[in-house]
Amino acid sequence: MGDQLIFTYVIDGNDFTRAGEASSSVKNKLKMLGVNSEAIRKVAIAMYEGEINMVIHADGGTITVTISDSDITMVLADTGPGIPDVEKAMQEGYSTAREEVRSLGFGAGMGLPNMKRFSDEMDIRTVIGKGTTITMKVYL
Amino acid sequence: MTIREMQEVLGAKFLYGKEHADVDVQYVFSADMMSDVLAFCGKCSVLITGLCNPQVVRTAEMLDICCIIFVRGKMPDEDMLALARGKSIAVLATEHYMFTTCGILYGNGLRGGA
Repeated sequence: MGDQLIFTYVIDGNDFTRAGEASSSVKNKLKMLGVNSEAIRKVAIAMYEGEINMVIHADGGTITVTISDSDITMVLADTGPGIPDVEKAMQEGYSTAREEVRSLGFGAGMGLPNMKRFSDEMDIRTVIGKGTTITMKVYL
Repeated sequence: MTIREMQEVLGAKFLYGKEHADVDVQYVFSADMMSDVLAFCGKCSVLITGLCNPQVVRTAEMLDICCIIFVRGKMPDEDMLALARGKSIAVLATEHYMFTTCGILYGNGLRGGA
């Protein structure tokens, strides 16, 4: 197995207009590395939804992206309120987002389902009052 | 249909991207919820929306969309246009409502993507 590339991003939870910059940066890096376009698309969509979720629900956090020969792994860690009912949160259309978030085009209960849809593996670890860590993998 | 032809049939303003006017497009997605766009846009290369904030441009970027059409007279601000310029995404704005915009483009041969 070859070398791994690791990138870490700190996500600002207070600036919705900048949400997506980390995903944009990762997308550009993957393009430059010559990763196949289908994998890039999956990573971009899954990570962007995750990044938006971090800003909406958790006041930001950190995203670590590891690129290896076999896959791209994204670990999204926040110290937000946690997800009380993961099963419910995975249902399309279920949302706890505030009305102002919906007016921005998100919060329709598609975030987590989209993250699952566009990743090959997804694992959610969440503790109420402590935070959530979501690991997503896209195979290469 | 090219981006220029869409602009003409919609009577739309070309806010950015005249250099991309000859890009040919076939499939279009329309929605105001960006999560729906991310979920269902498929291979569409044009996004029609009445939502007007920087996340529209970000969403388009993630999906390699080449043209955003803002409907209902929505006008993106300078920051949004700068973001679109940086990603080479053409931006049109029309006074038509979304239904009419979709109808005109459908009547001119464009289709929704699967």
